[in-house]
Amino acid sequence: MDYDDLLKIGPYALGEADKDRIYGELLSRLTDRHRAHCKLYDRVCGFLGDHTNTTRSVEEIPMTPVSLFKQADLCSVPPEEVFKTMTSSGTSGQKTSKIFLDRQTAAWQQLTLERIVRDFIGERRIPMLIVDSPDVLRDRNLFSARGAGILGFSIFGTKRCYALTADMALDYNAVQKFLEEAADGPVLVFGFTYIIWKHFYQALAALGKTLPLENGFLIHGGGWKKLQSEAVSQEVFKKGLENVCGISRVRNYYGMAEQTGCIYMECECGNLHVSSYSDVRIRNMEDFSCCKNGTEGVIQVLTPMAWSYPGHSILTEDKGIILGVDNCPCGRKGKYIKITGRIPKAEVRGCSDTYEG
Amino acid sequence: MTHLETYNKIFRGMFRKTDEELPELKYRGIALWDSIGHMDLMGELEEAFDIRIDTQDVLDFTSYEKGKEVLGRYGVVIE
Repeated sequence: MDYDDLLKIGPYALGEADKDRIYGELLSRLTDRHRAHCKLYDRVCGFLGDHTNTTRSVEEIPMTPVSLFKQADLCSVPPEEVFKTMTSSGTSGQKTSKIFLDRQTAAWQQLTLERIVRDFIGERRIPMLIVDSPDVLRDRNLFSARGAGILGFSIFGTKRCYALTADMALDYNAVQKFLEEAADGPVLVFGFTYIIWKHFYQALAALGKTLPLENGFLIHGGGWKKLQSEAVSQEVFKKGLENVCGISRVRNYYGMAEQTGCIYMECECGNLHVSSYSDVRIRNMEDFSCCKNGTEGVIQVLTPMAWSYPGHSILTEDKGIILGVDNCPCGRKGKYIKITGRIPKAEVRGCSDTYEG
Repeated sequence: MTHLETYNKIFRGMFRKTDEELPELKYRGIALWDSIGHMDLMGELEEAFDIRIDTQDVLDFTSYEKGKEVLGRYGVVIE
């Protein structure tokens, strides 16, 4: 089995026992591959006591701390095979992660996202309102996590409209015209949590205007940190958006530039779901052992998708809890999780969170 | 204009290639045909042939040749 075969399995159809077996095998092979092709990664694994050419259990796969992608160029393909380089969007003073993608990995990222999101919005493409500035995509060879998010989700859109101008101001007339053309049909609204709140919701509220998005489906990601510091909870976020544009389907996702495509979508019950294409472990903050379900710890994310760079097992700087397995009332199989915050002293980072406007 | 002529014209215009070079073209094979170029290509094809390509087919459209097969699913026969 390889990642292409995994993609043939439905996003929420893989049972945990099968998943453990498949992931142990795929991730072991991938660890060996990355060790053979990335010297620095090989050194890290050696230091962590990993033995090559063995079949490891999922728990035994070495974890790369996410900060390592900021400190070093980690790549497992020859330079001529790098098709795109993606960065996590840091602003002044922040270091950015660099992720090197070959054509295969870039294609897998897009297929993965498509499989996951289709489960929520269906397979028909619909008009898409992007709550950001088109300037985010200015350099198409080197794009940020924000740009990558927009591009990734663009496959779901027919006509696309950017709601914000180059200086991040709401272009109310353009959005209104776009929605008139959509004629009360379904609309996908996409953007980063903080940007949606600051530059869309607050701008509309300040204007005292509304927009007809009753048939909209809003998907947002990028982290809550900045909004939490402004005491905006998920409930306040949802209620606020419903007030200014009548939208009731507002879904968050968790994900990171280092594993683009493998997102954790919020279901109708408010839980973030782990798909067949990635896995999660919660690690104890003292000894890095695996926590029991229901216990808070540091989130480890794993995916056999990361072929061109050694990002198949990453220890994040986020804290979270596995709430349950296979029994979410929404009917999706697999684990579902909750993000509870950031580990202390972690370098401040995020996606939309880093916009300092 | 036949469907093939329209199809080729769109490809030539988007990726600045000649008719002879088209059969070799693959998604992510050249800098211009990246994910931005791909969505622009989908938009042009949808408009020219008055169709709506589903998300799955957008990603199944992996080359110039494969694209003909994908459009066939929408009743656009290119030969």
